[in-house]
Amino acid sequence: MRAGVIVFPGSNCDRDVIIALKTISNFKPKILWHKETEIPNLDLVVVPGGFSFGDYLRCGAIAAKSPIINSLKDHASRGGSVLGICNGFQILIETKLLPGTLITNKNLNFVCKDISLITQKTRPSPFTNGLTPGDKVNFPIAHNDGNYFCDDELTKKLHNEGQIAFKYSPNDNPNGSVDNIAGVLSENGRILGMMPHPERAIENFHSSQDGKLFFNGLIKHLLG
Amino acid sequence: MRVSREQEIALEETKNCTLEKAIEMGLSKDEFELICKKLKRTPNFVETGIFSAMYSEHCSYKSTKKWLKTLPTSGKQVIQGPGENAGVIDVGDDNAIVFKIESHNHPSFIEPYQGAATGVGGILRDIFTMGARPIALMNVLRFGEENNFLTKHLLNGVVKGIGGYGNCIGIPTIGGETYFHKSYNKNILVNAMAVGLAKKNKIFYSAASGVGNPVIYVGAKTGKDGIHGATMASAEFSDDTQEKKPTVQVGDPFTGKLLLEACLELMETDSILSIQDMGAAGLTSSSVEMASKGKLGIHIDLDKIPLRENNMSGYEIMLSESQERMLMILKQGSEKKAERIFEKWDLDFSIIGKITDTEKITLLKNNKVICNLPLNLLVEDAPEYHRDYKLTSNKNQLSSKEVAIDKSIKDILYKILGHVNFCSKKWIYEQYDSSVMGDTILTSNDSDASVVKIHGTEKNHFKGKGLAISTDCTSRYVKNNPEEGTSLAVVEAARNLVCSGATPMAVTNNLNFGNPEKSEIMGQIVGSILGIKKSCEFFNTPVVSGNVSLYNETNGKSIMPAPIIGMVGIINDIEKVINLHAKSKRSILVLGQNENKIDGWLGCSFYQEVIHDKCDGKIPSLNLEKEKKLMDFLLSINSLGLIDGAHDVSDGGLLPCLIEMLLKKKLGINVILPKFFDDLKNEDFYKLHGWCFGEDQSRILISTEDKQKVIELAKENEIEIFHLGQTNSSGEILLGKLDRFSIKKCYHIYANKLPKIMI
Repeated sequence: MRAGVIVFPGSNCDRDVIIALKTISNFKPKILWHKETEIPNLDLVVVPGGFSFGDYLRCGAIAAKSPIINSLKDHASRGGSVLGICNGFQILIETKLLPGTLITNKNLNFVCKDISLITQKTRPSPFTNGLTPGDKVNFPIAHNDGNYFCDDELTKKLHNEGQIAFKYSPNDNPNGSVDNIAGVLSENGRILGMMPHPERAIENFHSSQDGKLFFNGLIKHLLG
Repeated sequence: MRVSREQEIALEETKNCTLEKAIEMGLSKDEFELICKKLKRTPNFVETGIFSAMYSEHCSYKSTKKWLKTLPTSGKQVIQGPGENAGVIDVGDDNAIVFKIESHNHPSFIEPYQGAATGVGGILRDIFTMGARPIALMNVLRFGEENNFLTKHLLNGVVKGIGGYGNCIGIPTIGGETYFHKSYNKNILVNAMAVGLAKKNKIFYSAASGVGNPVIYVGAKTGKDGIHGATMASAEFSDDTQEKKPTVQVGDPFTGKLLLEACLELMETDSILSIQDMGAAGLTSSSVEMASKGKLGIHIDLDKIPLRENNMSGYEIMLSESQERMLMILKQGSEKKAERIFEKWDLDFSIIGKITDTEKITLLKNNKVICNLPLNLLVEDAPEYHRDYKLTSNKNQLSSKEVAIDKSIKDILYKILGHVNFCSKKWIYEQYDSSVMGDTILTSNDSDASVVKIHGTEKNHFKGKGLAISTDCTSRYVKNNPEEGTSLAVVEAARNLVCSGATPMAVTNNLNFGNPEKSEIMGQIVGSILGIKKSCEFFNTPVVSGNVSLYNETNGKSIMPAPIIGMVGIINDIEKVINLHAKSKRSILVLGQNENKIDGWLGCSFYQEVIHDKCDGKIPSLNLEKEKKLMDFLLSINSLGLIDGAHDVSDGGLLPCLIEMLLKKKLGINVILPKFFDDLKNEDFYKLHGWCFGEDQSRILISTEDKQKVIELAKENEIEIFHLGQTNSSGEILLGKLDRFSIKKCYHIYANKLPKIMI
């Protein structure tokens, strides 16, 4: 499997996701520096979590203007898969590769905890390949601006088109996201943005190992 | 002819300094006169600023040096003891652990967000300066009373600041402690500890070497923030403290992250000879210390310093505490290679001077020498005070009868669980990213110590080694007996490590006290150091780094003394790590206590603090031999796989600590009381209180599936042991026939206290 992980100044989950992918797939992902202008032919590009450019101006806004973003868009338009986790999700929204917006958590605090997600019934997507709709998966979250917001029309569309990959439990929505949305797919199902961190739910000593399930399904599909 | 502002400044700062100015800068009259005498001239304004920074308590340890020298600092495991940016120990597999704790008390009171944030940033730089990648952060916080009008504002700001820096730079904050007391109303404590992982043969030091080698400035630009911060931090507060805001530095975790990555990338090459971060007293202390340690001289052209604003005087440049800056000595010829790396990370890189053989520091501005000082005068000849001290200890042993009040156990327990110093700190720790880097095994909410995996130690089926970290200090014990109380703090740190399955290795400390010019405060300091010495020698846990924060007083009133102990330990197999949560259908045993014990030590206890709002009396006594035996026993039964939960009995005593083990899974238990309590007479109620809430030392609660085996082994090893009962999923806690209550109610009280304060 050919995967790459983009590193922006201020990315800080790049190493974690590289280790997770390598542990599960045995393939070492390529590191893509944000100043590069070409993404080689890859199956998967990961936009990792962190605080790209210090989250100054607006989370993900400066990273969305980095040189590599044009080639990320090319990769996406070729039908390549893109996974944005946490700050990566924010960046994908700023680049308009995903719809909606992410605003500051409802309680105005950074929140880090383990959270239970409900897998949704989606359109065909490599990212929900290993999961069954209705299943619960546990991943940690760690963010200040993960409150997904969009208007009713878009919410309806996301539902109808099967573009919602994960939802928080209705009684444990940590950030105030509309309709408890935790992860959103692009129209073709090949781009996923999510606030929770599956790469932090792999090892036996992690509080959950559901990240394995998630990445295994993804890798299986990409190798398929 | 019109004189430009720059020329004006230059003229002004090369003038001879007056005594009044020197005193304003923080020097004493004696110190200034001694400087003039030794220098055989009057120093100018810039030079006096440099003296005052180097002679500040913060940089010179002038009140404590004499005593700090007595601490044990060596051992087989020690690679670098005190005196460098951080301490370094050997943890096997070519790995070294680099760690240190540092205070940022005064700035955090003046400006809580930036004060706390730069405290974290500063301690992280100390770690990666040594060539280590930081892997964990801890913090110890002290605030005023919960109902003090500033407490909420300060707690909120400090927590946001710690999170703001740690979360952004991507190092997990995995534990610590928070304590509230009125003595901190106007002088909070913010102590941050960082731990890093390095290769044993790739440690970087600060001593300069090689005459002619280039001196490099990297990182953020120098601005007018934090000027004379080290001096401010070495003085008492008064009511005009808020006027000191400009002395607080402003942190930029994003630049901190870039600096971290750039430095580690450059360290992979063979270019750096020595490196030091610009922390307290900025460019002054870093340049002076590097040159002085190398027994060389240093020459700096201040016009080469990247500045954030125009018209900065030499004085301001030298004393600015702008953050995220480093000073390096490079091998000649490697400048280009280094510059490229810093360019990649969008950071300033400037060759600002060179190493000389003069044993002097010379500073050039506008091609004029504005400072020319012998280094020995600044470092070796810095004052060292032999301050008067009065060792004290409270010998008044209070019986439980004198302390206990006639209330039900349940009522007292609820008071303890809902006390701000016992309750859940979830409101705080959920604002810290504790899982970034993916190596966090346990935070201090799940275990007595926080544990991370030592990255890269895993091999095939072996899951790797763990590093456990604990921070401790029970200030009420220290106040009543500085020596024994601090000795106990070291013991508790060690016991906490053991309760997570780790073997204690080494210590860092942060000595937070009041004004050392008062003999009783100096007595606390001396007593504390003696206490650390005693316990650290006994457990073979040398002190490898530390920090001293004095003058924590406002309007002449000192804080409760807080000699914070940060200890690290090694877990040889992370699959043997222990958390504190009991499982259902397990036996709970107390190690270090038997069925004959029917009372307990309530003097100077948390019980006394909660019920009577005071803490005095003789502190619980401690037998180091007994403690060591207990710890060894716990580690041995853990290696046999006999325990699945452990928690030391500390603040609050047996019952509250037992409840802590049951909270997560909301378990119930039928507590088996000693026979004595079967027909307890009313007038003997205090004995039950002593048994439930006493703070006798050297006790650990464990949860096990194999009660018989553990009891058998305990008897063999002459460890006292008592079976408290069997956990169940009922959620009901029965205290023999004497009292009953539900774990849900306990949880409710425990969980809701802090959020209620912070609304």
